[in-house]
Amino acid sequence: MNDLSALSRIMSEAVPIQPGVTRRIRGLSDKALAWLFITPTIVLLLAINIFPLVWTIYLSFTNYRANRANAPTIWLGTDWYQSILTNPDIWAAMQVTAHFVIWTVLIETVLGFCLAFLIDKKFRGHGMWTTIILLPMMLSPAVVGNFWTFLYQPQIGLFNYVVAFFTGRSASSFQMLGDVTLSPWAIVIVDAWMWTPYVMLICLAGLRSIPDYIYEAAEVDRASKWRQFWSITLPMALPFIMLAVLFRGIENFKMFDMVNLLTGGGPGSTTEVASITLKRAAFESWRTGYSSAFAVILFVTVFGLANIYVKALNRVKSR
Amino acid sequence: MKQTMKALLVACGALASALGVGAGTTPAQAQGKTITLCWAAWDPANALVELSKDFTAKTGIGMKFEFVPWTNYADRFLNELNSHGSLCDLIIGDSQWIGGAAENGQYVKLNDFFKKEGISMDDYMPATVVGYSEWPKNSPNYWALPAMGDAVGWTYRKDWFARPDVQKDFKAKYGRDLAVPKTLDELRDIAKFFQGREIDGKKVYGASIYTERGSEGITMGVSNYLYDYGFKYQDPNKPYAMDGFVNSPGAVKGLEAYKELYKCCTPPGASNSYMSEGLDAFKSGQVALQMNFFAFFPGLYKDPNVGGDKIGFFVNPAATTQATQLGGQGISVVSYSKNQGEALQYIKWFSGGDVQKKWWALGGYSCAKSVLNDPSFPNSAPFAKEFLQSMGMVVDFWAEPSYAQLLQAEQNRVHDYVVADKGTAQEALDGLVKDWKAIFKEEGKKF
Repeated sequence: MNDLSALSRIMSEAVPIQPGVTRRIRGLSDKALAWLFITPTIVLLLAINIFPLVWTIYLSFTNYRANRANAPTIWLGTDWYQSILTNPDIWAAMQVTAHFVIWTVLIETVLGFCLAFLIDKKFRGHGMWTTIILLPMMLSPAVVGNFWTFLYQPQIGLFNYVVAFFTGRSASSFQMLGDVTLSPWAIVIVDAWMWTPYVMLICLAGLRSIPDYIYEAAEVDRASKWRQFWSITLPMALPFIMLAVLFRGIENFKMFDMVNLLTGGGPGSTTEVASITLKRAAFESWRTGYSSAFAVILFVTVFGLANIYVKALNRVKSR
Repeated sequence: MKQTMKALLVACGALASALGVGAGTTPAQAQGKTITLCWAAWDPANALVELSKDFTAKTGIGMKFEFVPWTNYADRFLNELNSHGSLCDLIIGDSQWIGGAAENGQYVKLNDFFKKEGISMDDYMPATVVGYSEWPKNSPNYWALPAMGDAVGWTYRKDWFARPDVQKDFKAKYGRDLAVPKTLDELRDIAKFFQGREIDGKKVYGASIYTERGSEGITMGVSNYLYDYGFKYQDPNKPYAMDGFVNSPGAVKGLEAYKELYKCCTPPGASNSYMSEGLDAFKSGQVALQMNFFAFFPGLYKDPNVGGDKIGFFVNPAATTQATQLGGQGISVVSYSKNQGEALQYIKWFSGGDVQKKWWALGGYSCAKSVLNDPSFPNSAPFAKEFLQSMGMVVDFWAEPSYAQLLQAEQNRVHDYVVADKGTAQEALDGLVKDWKAIFKEEGKKF
């Protein structure tokens, strides 16, 4: 007996399944089974995402301090929100954050796209160059922060020596991390160095997704390389570029580790981004209610901006 | 097979005895109790490890140590206390923590224990009792035993000061001999004199001072200048009244003088320096003067490159008055500890006269009068006399439960003015009064 005849015999002898039996496994309905599968995920999500969020929102209306858990908690209404939104130091921190986000995203996008464009050309050894370019992105921000602190050291730092070599200035005559004018740029340089490869990767995915036949058709139509770039490459890679901008924007809005290691927010408050202000209020001053309100404001800001941006991104994609 | 097993057993036995397992069991391991002591990772902590071996030998209680670098010390241990963690049975906590730790029930109150064991606070230097043990200040409520006396002092390059060419140049420029500065103006002149000077073909700088922003650095540094120029935290007759005391004309002068020293005479890149950066600058032969805590002086004196005859020590010089910033810590029992009995045993042992003597000999700074008032003490180390003098003129930062907020406000205001050139000294101190008032108001203080 061959396999096929055996199979047809089994099928003909099979007892037809009664309706309703498929919906039950050991007494559980489909719906119950579905709930059984998703409940752990929902519980986990509620425990580690939703509950802390709701709790933070609640705390933001109180005088609660985590280091004085036994003290009575007083309902303050929107006092913290008013206090934060009228605090010039908070606005200064937001301006520092905006400067950091705008310049890093701009530089990383331009450089990342240019690098992706070059790497996409598949020249000899491009695989090796891709790996080398990606290296900074693979390092830990703590490592990057520490070694750039050495690179920026005015007396022994390589960065100062390179600048001195090209400009003729004395290497110890300027401090990248200790100078009010230079320090905001010092952190922008490090972030751009570390994260440009990430933008490059996303842009490269965008460039590789453009079908060759479109360029071939353009060649047939005698479109110049410049025209091909503006009419084919850039519009078709735009959704990817915008996605990279979104990711980097959100990430840098929350930037903490690298800035904290490089400057700690100094000199003065020159590089004190919002997340450093938040951390100091929450875990150094222990103003839990106040810092919860600040965290909610930051969350709403990022969430609102990201939503507007995603809508714009969808519009570009649907074109 | 039997032989193989025998050989294996013999090998295991040999390995075990080589590692000290079994035969080398200490009384502590025999008793099975171990307590954990938490402190900062620095030279005196190593001395304490050495000293504590005697405790284990005497009581059979094992000791574990949790040492954290200074930059993370406050964050790490305040988080531990605030989260009611039981990692530390004993903690050598910073003097400013005492108010918060006492009011939040994180430290065990030691009055009854002291009474029962006959430990008297009269046996300790008064400044250390107020600074490290009492809350509220100047009241007989004790939360710690003074453990590690400390204050800010200065080191200088004795060998550079002794050079005839350097002496000659200095006299030509300032019309006096180059000597240990008695005033802050003299200190500035010396720092200016050395700034950018070539010594043995190497460019050197004037002074390393505290400028760190993230934790407490610049406050611990600038205070030495502010106190000397008459700064006071509050009206001595009216608690929490700060106008005219924190921002007095003298305090403004002190802040300006600190900024002048930072601008004229520190090495490049010293915009965020604290203890370890100061040590690095001095040990690498970069600076003529160094501001740092006395706790580091034994290690510096032993340094093969800049220690011995090459190093000298002096107290914080005077301006209109003379004072210095208190450092140091008391040792407390953490109220969440499950080994409070053993922790208290350690404190009792640590308070012993012989233990205190050995503590000083190993490189710790005892606060016990029996050690410090001993006639031989001033000559017991090259910095002992200066330490004793400093401990007689120490002033400490606020030790209120809200100390962290108060500290953060001063860090921001002072760093903004001194390092980031923001505003004037008067504006910085007026702003500080405003910040501190807001913090005290939030705390419900009346002033």
